[in-house]
Amino acid sequence: MSNVSVDATESAHNDNQPENNTRRRFLTVATSVVGGVGVVGAAVPFIASWNPSAKAKAAGADIEVDISGIEPGQLVRVMWRSKPVWIVRRTPEILEELGGHEDQLKDPNSEAEQQPTFAQNRFRSMKEEYLILVGICTHLGCSPQHLKDGAFEEYVEGVPDGFFCPCHGSKFDMAGRVFENVPAPLNLVVPPYQFVDDTTIIIGSEAEVA
Amino acid sequence: MNGFLGWIEERIPLMRVANMHAIQYPAPRNMNFWYVFGFLATIVLVNQIVTGIWLTMNFVPTSEGAFASVEYIMREIDYGWVIRYMHSTGASAFFIVVYMHMFRGMIYGSYQKPRELLWVFGMFIYLALMAEAFMGYVLPWGQMSYWGAQVIVSLFSAIPVIGPDLVIWIQGDYVISGATLSRFFALHVIALPLVIVILVFLHIIALHEVGSNNPDGVAIKHKKGSLPESEKTKYEIHEYYTSKYDIADDVLPFFPHIVLKDLVAFCIFLAAFTYIMFFAPEMGGKFLEHPNFEIANPLKTPEHIFPVWYFTPFYAILKAVPDKLFGVLAMFGAIAALFALPWVDRGRVKSWRYRCGLHKVNLIVFAIVFIFLGYLGGTPQENWKIIASQVATVMYFGFFVALFLYSKNENTKPVPERIPK
Repeated sequence: MSNVSVDATESAHNDNQPENNTRRRFLTVATSVVGGVGVVGAAVPFIASWNPSAKAKAAGADIEVDISGIEPGQLVRVMWRSKPVWIVRRTPEILEELGGHEDQLKDPNSEAEQQPTFAQNRFRSMKEEYLILVGICTHLGCSPQHLKDGAFEEYVEGVPDGFFCPCHGSKFDMAGRVFENVPAPLNLVVPPYQFVDDTTIIIGSEAEVA
Repeated sequence: MNGFLGWIEERIPLMRVANMHAIQYPAPRNMNFWYVFGFLATIVLVNQIVTGIWLTMNFVPTSEGAFASVEYIMREIDYGWVIRYMHSTGASAFFIVVYMHMFRGMIYGSYQKPRELLWVFGMFIYLALMAEAFMGYVLPWGQMSYWGAQVIVSLFSAIPVIGPDLVIWIQGDYVISGATLSRFFALHVIALPLVIVILVFLHIIALHEVGSNNPDGVAIKHKKGSLPESEKTKYEIHEYYTSKYDIADDVLPFFPHIVLKDLVAFCIFLAAFTYIMFFAPEMGGKFLEHPNFEIANPLKTPEHIFPVWYFTPFYAILKAVPDKLFGVLAMFGAIAALFALPWVDRGRVKSWRYRCGLHKVNLIVFAIVFIFLGYLGGTPQENWKIIASQVATVMYFGFFVALFLYSKNENTKPVPERIPK
């Protein structure tokens, strides 16, 4: 040190140049990559802990519903995965209505995947008589109201029954199909379900394809 | 400096920082009443933190216990109702002073060069504040808490591909549930307040680096050596500022002049605040919505769902667009446009006092449109309101488009060199 002038010493310290550039770059990259992997790994528990817990998943299991007591025209609400699920026993008149306003619907043929394949028909159900829907508006998650016996005519002329969402005015027919010119983009969701016998259904899973 | 203070000063720069950032900070002497809202926002922030800490002492962040624990605070804790109403009224007061503070920045061009980052930090505070207020509103677990959360969290389902899974991840369940409530509680009481306090710190540091703007938009800092001794301020200004610039005699030290002015505003604010707190804490259902006095029920949607008043302008924009994804984009775009304001405005003249007549009209129309959107978003849906909110949404964005166009070659008045006497 004593042989080197002050200026030279300072510049040697100030320019910060390593003796071996390649080696320093390798070490910098290697350290950063390993450190980065560590950060990603450490983030996993924090992110994953926001997933539904085992308890919440268990509460989301299938439910069995006895439908023998439902009167024609009646809507029954049950809870599945903490969501309201409607079971409506449709009268022949209501089933008749469904064909009458298809030109006013966004997706009359249920082309968007909002239902199991068995329900991709005009009635959006396995058995025409029973309509099973998740009662949550596809716009922003409110629960629409069931308006029947002409009460729905206030919203859509000539259609006596339907569902009206009070939040933003979306309208659905008695198969849960969405009308044009409302904020909801899609038909109401048909959950997977199966009939155990004529009066019992299981909501949450479909029957195994035989 | 000697004695006890000297002993401290040798170990931590207490007086140096106090002098630099408060006592001897140079503030333009023409600051008017619009300049009290930053101070008031700080006061409200302190109020929210203190009352919030006291509320957590008795609040139970579970879906079974939350609603009852709020009732318990209101009815059985001594002065619990005072603390809760201070907190709930404080939330609305926060947005009132912040909206005034932002509009001040808009009319006097306080976002323009060199204050772009100052504005951006402020916008981040606003964003964090909205998240904080939204999550806080969920905590009492009333009907509006629940269904409001449902609507807001569902916004994320509009994101293509990952949307639906993202919503389940945010909720921690297949619907809004106790899991959602307790994570919102954690974010509301720890994460976001920390973020807000840090952002406020950065906001103030950035402000003191570039200096306060004023109603004339005239610089008070001049190039070193450009002012004769007679035009320099006679007040004692901290050397941090005087060593880099000549400070004109257009300034007052922050203490006591500005502090006293702010305290007058504080007294008036406190009179209004306590009046609302004691006599109208629900503000006719605007500050605390009536459905929220009923416990959350996932099977029954209230007849009308509105967010609290301070979100309704953006909610009206969301509802105005008949497509879900574009509605959500328009809503976030409305906030993003504010972020971009320093770059949308291509003008060089700051204050509307010296800008073209069109600019004044544009600003006033913008304020009216914003309030009108707030009305549309906060009242029941009617047919005429759909068209009205679509027109108002176009006008909202029209403000930015017009500003971008006319600010390039604007017909401005000459700006004085110094703050007019």
